[in-house]
Amino acid sequence: MKVVAKTANEAMAEAMRQINPDVVAAYPITPSTEIVQIFSRFVADGEVDTEFVPVESEHSAASACTGAAAAGARVMTATSSQGLALMNEVLFVTPALRLPIVICAINRTLSAPINIHCDHSDTMDQRDSGWMQFYVEDSQEAYDSVIQAVRITEEAFLPAIVSADAFILSHSLQRIEMLEDEEVQDFIGEHKTPYSVLDVDNPITVGPLDLQDYYFEHKRGEAEAMRKTPPIIKKVDREFGERFGREYGLIEEYRIKDANKAIVVMGSTAGTAKEVVDTLRQDGEKVGVVKVKAFRPWPREDINKSLEGLEYVAVMDRAEGMNGFGSPLFTEVRSSLYEIDKRPDIYGYVYGLGGRDVKPRDLKKVFDDLKKVESGKKIERVNYLGVRE
Amino acid sequence: MAEKKRGWKELPIGAIIDEAGSSEKFKTGDWREGRKPVLNKDKCTNCLLCWIFCPDSAIIVSNNEMKGFKYDYCKGCGICANQCPIGAIEMVPEEE
Amino acid sequence: MAINLKELSKQGDFLTSGHRACAGCGPAIALRQALLAAGKDTVVANATGCMEVVTTIFPYTAWKVPWIHSLFENAAATISGVEAAYKALKRKGKISKDINFIAFGGDGGTYDIGLQALSGTMERGHNILYICYDNEAYMNTGIQRSGATPYGAHTTTSPAGKKIPGKTQWRKDLTEIIAAHDIPYVAQATISEWRDYMGKVQKALSIKGPKFINVLAPCQLGWYYKSEDTIKIANLAFRTRFWPLYEVENGVHRITKEPKKAVPVEEWLKLQGRFRHLFKDENRKIIEKIQKRVDERWKRLKALEEAGL
Repeated sequence: MKVVAKTANEAMAEAMRQINPDVVAAYPITPSTEIVQIFSRFVADGEVDTEFVPVESEHSAASACTGAAAAGARVMTATSSQGLALMNEVLFVTPALRLPIVICAINRTLSAPINIHCDHSDTMDQRDSGWMQFYVEDSQEAYDSVIQAVRITEEAFLPAIVSADAFILSHSLQRIEMLEDEEVQDFIGEHKTPYSVLDVDNPITVGPLDLQDYYFEHKRGEAEAMRKTPPIIKKVDREFGERFGREYGLIEEYRIKDANKAIVVMGSTAGTAKEVVDTLRQDGEKVGVVKVKAFRPWPREDINKSLEGLEYVAVMDRAEGMNGFGSPLFTEVRSSLYEIDKRPDIYGYVYGLGGRDVKPRDLKKVFDDLKKVESGKKIERVNYLGVRE
Repeated sequence: MAEKKRGWKELPIGAIIDEAGSSEKFKTGDWREGRKPVLNKDKCTNCLLCWIFCPDSAIIVSNNEMKGFKYDYCKGCGICANQCPIGAIEMVPEEE
Repeated sequence: MAINLKELSKQGDFLTSGHRACAGCGPAIALRQALLAAGKDTVVANATGCMEVVTTIFPYTAWKVPWIHSLFENAAATISGVEAAYKALKRKGKISKDINFIAFGGDGGTYDIGLQALSGTMERGHNILYICYDNEAYMNTGIQRSGATPYGAHTTTSPAGKKIPGKTQWRKDLTEIIAAHDIPYVAQATISEWRDYMGKVQKALSIKGPKFINVLAPCQLGWYYKSEDTIKIANLAFRTRFWPLYEVENGVHRITKEPKKAVPVEEWLKLQGRFRHLFKDENRKIIEKIQKRVDERWKRLKALEEAGL
């Protein structure tokens, strides 16, 4: 183990080096360009055995990755924002073919207007694609999650996106503890593949045409694979924790046990929320945070267990769902709670779009709002935090 | 021809087809619209042009000889008859 | 390389019967001939299109070699990933066999929507062969015009109407576009000249690096002719010099098979319903225009060959 200062971009690139994938096909895009650059340097210096494919677009990056995974290779890539959007068509293919690939994603907003800064609209755009999605709070978690994701994807035979907030994490130096190369290799083990098109002696047909008689069955099977991921993720996470001392869960509860109000949040804002909670706790307020790490699979049971009995919950979305109501995280949390008896009163907050800064005072305002509700005042069900009227 | 349709738990992972060439279970011979090729063996020189031009791999060749047609698959396109350089293949009406 | 049909017939087919292409399908012939030339140890990536659809209707596959389809525009990118995996795994000693990598795409997946991915794959130097089976329109969706559709042709999106007589743009010369990538081997072929075509497939596979073959594969449905005429029409395309058979090896053009005497292009056009409207009195000048273009293109090709370019 060694302690170093790394941005999330650097941390994920280092994780990729230690994983030493067979194939990386990638295309640069701000703010994940650095991951591709750093990794190219590892290739040029012979620090990895990877076949690096410098494709001409993200669509081809995802396509080449999918082809390489179908050929039994361990495959990774990195992208962000429009790049992820351009991959969209391919991203529905990969999990349907049950291929394990890991994308190191940097969460940047989607055009228009064009903007290179952080929000989660890019990965939210992929929420129904069949990829697991893990949102991280800091460089350490980015690094650890990428390593975990290799194991998880190869046990689930489903691909995963590990995403870190643009600039806030991608370009900020943070202290991280790096594992030894051998520890990483030992943890991820030999690559597992569901099949290989390179087996010319046992030829298979991958990606055939389904008509009305089989498409539904294939989709049902794919859905089942996603339903089975929570125990796999937990198992791999627990093993990681036992070996290296850091564990994350599908969600993380922070000072939630005796709380009556909580913020549900993803990504780097979880860190800010924890700080606000610490401050408010000093004033005797019973507040907490639930950080959602795994957005796909949706951790319904964990969320319900954690929020049951709370009185007031604010769900923070760094994306606008454009559905005329609440954004994705809000609607998912709210829908999960429907099945429990002691449901909290729940409010949605859209925040931080296009990299709008989120300061502790902004999150304090959210708790203030919940206090107003507690005192009998009415607030909007869905709110916008930090936007000028 | 109809196989029992499998349930989702019985299908191979990733929607793959793991039986190469399984389309041979699907007979396309009934696509022919009233005519089929027949071979005049006396004329045939076994040049195998019919074989290399058949879109349905429906020409039977064994030991370097043209042996006839896989009527289970031949769609009756008539390319073989059209291309046979010595007129050894004729398209004739299908008998009932 | 000599192609011996009797020898080839012994290895059996890699594209089997029972696929659901139309009777007399040119592209099916293009695929079958290519695979017979390539042999067993071949991995295929296929773009979305007629050939993908008709050969792999679950649970049946007509393929006896490993085959992968992902999407419409990404066959080239997909095969580059497969080939990259192969290289990596070979380097690590996990695989030892020599394997051919072939991507198939129609003119829709190759000339148009997949051109970017193809260009990238060629430029990056992957050791693959891309074969475009060119049937000169989007046939899988029902005969719409493509960048490969010839001038004057009727398609469902360039219909021969009262005012506009079919497609009013020239087709793009994809073979030359790919040749401009300075890759080791580019060729044009037609399914009727099987010896020439299959020889090109074998030659391409013997060369390291990216290779491209554009093979003309008539479509009876979209060209509106009788199913038995597929080969005849493929042959006339060559004999009229509408579709010259040539190769560009390391940048040098060479005509591989030359018609002894050029047949007027009209002879090719008149067999196909998609050009029927051109034979009306008011449209005869379009046929002249097409002939003129064919002559110019041929002259250009001859000049390149003679100049050793």
